Amino acid sequence: MGYGSSDDLDPTGRTGAGQATPAPRRRGRGARSGTDTDGAGLALDAVAIKVLVAGGFGVGKTTLVGSVSEIVPLRTEELLTELGAGVDDVTGVDGKTTTTVAMDFGRITINPRLILYMFGTPGQDRFWFMWDELARGALGAIVLADTRRLSACFPAVDFFERRRIPFVVGVNCFDGEQPYSPQEVRQALSLDGDVPLSMCDARYRESNKRLLITLVEHVMATVRRADAAATGLRPSGG
Amino acid sequence: MISRGEAWFDEAAGPLVRPYAVTRGRTRANRYPLDLITLVVAVHPEVHAAVVEQEYARILRACAFPQSVAEVAARVDLPLGVVKVLISDLIERRYLIFRASPSPAARPDLVTMQKVLDGIRKL
Ligand SMILES: Nc1nc2c(ncn2[C@@H]2O[C@H](COP(=O)(O)OP(=O)(O)OP(=O)(O)O)[C@@H](O)[C@H]2O)c(=O)[nH]1
Ligand SMILES: [Mg+2]
Repeated sequence: MGYGSSDDLDPTGRTGAGQATPAPRRRGRGARSGTDTDGAGLALDAVAIKVLVAGGFGVGKTTLVGSVSEIVPLRTEELLTELGAGVDDVTGVDGKTTTTVAMDFGRITINPRLILYMFGTPGQDRFWFMWDELARGALGAIVLADTRRLSACFPAVDFFERRRIPFVVGVNCFDGEQPYSPQEVRQALSLDGDVPLSMCDARYRESNKRLLITLVEHVMATVRRADAAATGLRPSGG
Repeated sequence: MISRGEAWFDEAAGPLVRPYAVTRGRTRANRYPLDLITLVVAVHPEVHAAVVEQEYARILRACAFPQSVAEVAARVDLPLGVVKVLISDLIERRYLIFRASPSPAARPDLVTMQKVLDGIRKL
């Protein structure tokens, strides 16, 4: 990964007028698309939707998931056999030992036919390969950012941009307040103008509900814009 | 592919496990398009749980109501890839049924999203 700790913000470096702006994220777009096979199963009467909660190590992902989930966050593990490969790539190696990577997730039953799952992505870059499975079919993502370690969320922002997965950014204010304006954080992350960014506190349910609402609204707006473009119409009201 | 005898592991990542005893070395889970949120449900969990091996029985009992593959894995406390293999076996025997998303890469439609929005607002 090209993101070193030297890019990180110094929490002690708040000196009024002389305050440094957050180190910017370098933008990069790699072309990559996945193909998935469709499969017809017997109908179970519910639609399951997946939202990802991403961000650096310890930024509050599990806290967020736990505060809005109707169940205590569950933990599922995947085997780590080889970087860049899932378990599928080890064939017939009986008794081979591997390590695991854990993901936390929660659930909101909207109604008996509609379930929303929230998955916290593994906070460490070396568990990258899990993101492909996590991201497949995801409605969108919440990226949590901590301005004391802003660069920790750069890989997540890059990933969702590259995969064209709609996302919103929540700036988790650990100190109750934080030294940068939303505009400064937005600039440091090189966010596209339409990506919502807001201050949040992952410990508070209302704050997390607001982030989720913002995300779904953002996805809907994105879909409407795409539909309008496809039919040659302009979306009403900008 | 990893060649035989080439061990790859990382002690910092977590405890070492030996999953292949459960799946008899089979790690290919792609017989069915199962992903994290594919919903599965057991057909007659108690009837079938009585006639299968323990790991399968635990899965069947965890699936008395529709569950995502991720939830099943968490509840039976086995790695995702292993659970997918076992679930696939149970689907093959028709002890489990599953519903894949219409297209795993497709987004839900606007009507569904509006329902999600209303649901979150009501939380
Ligand atoms: N002050 C403050 N503390 C928070 C906030 N969000 C999380 N924390 C605390 O920060 C610590 C880490 O939070 P987690 O939710 O475990 O972070 P995580 O992103 O899941 O961490 P990893 O999964 O290890 O990457 C916990 O002790 C939380 O209580 C916040 O908004 N404000
Ligand atoms: Mg966590």
